Amino acid sequence: MKGRIELLVLITLAGLLFLALDEIPVIGDPEAPPSTHVSPRYIERGPSETGAKNMVTAVLADYRGFDTFGELVVIFTAGLACLLILDAVPRNDGEIE
Amino acid sequence: MKDRFGSNVLEAASRILVPFMLLFAVYVVIHGHDSPGGGFQGGVICAAAFILVRLVRGRGAGWELSCSSAVVLSCTGVGIFAGIGLLSLVFGGNYLDYGALPFSLEPAVKRAMGTLGIEIGIALGVTGVLTLIFNLLADSD
Repeated sequence: MKGRIELLVLITLAGLLFLALDEIPVIGDPEAPPSTHVSPRYIERGPSETGAKNMVTAVLADYRGFDTFGELVVIFTAGLACLLILDAVPRNDGEIE
Repeated sequence: MKDRFGSNVLEAASRILVPFMLLFAVYVVIHGHDSPGGGFQGGVICAAAFILVRLVRGRGAGWELSCSSAVVLSCTGVGIFAGIGLLSLVFGGNYLDYGALPFSLEPAVKRAMGTLGIEIGIALGVTGVLTLIFNLLADSD
């Protein structure tokens, strides 16, 4: 019984998501909200405001710098996790360094 | 994997390759303003150079980053990034608002310098983390 309720909830949610799929703008649609809101601003004023001819760098490192900081911290945390996990593995002689 | 992996051919080839890889890494980081590239890509190329030397010449060849110095390097990278953000906060701007940095430059040039600073931080961090992971996996057998 419980499994059926869960199945019903899942099917309902999936149906809602598929309905919402129809509302997602087509990729590259010039009338879509991202294309009419921030993108023109970045394209028109990015080089003069940030001094970066490469638009990707202008967005990634300047307008969205905090997001990039998060990315770097994710990589850093992954490295520290590897250090903690792999460095505690017993060596062949069984001792933990 | 404590022994060296390379033959004489690999050794000679890596001696030619590694300086150019390091130079190209610096180029990719610094030229990220005008062409595809940036801190992540340049850091990966730099880490690949270190890993190549470690693979060919084995541990203790004098060219490797030890685990602790790799951790220090990646901490330095994250610290540079966060430090530039905090510096702009101290001088009255928003976090990572490079326009507030106290240099007497044009605003666009100032922002470009701030971007270059954080790209260098990203490159150091990525180099440290990738070399650290490789060293740990190579030493763990």
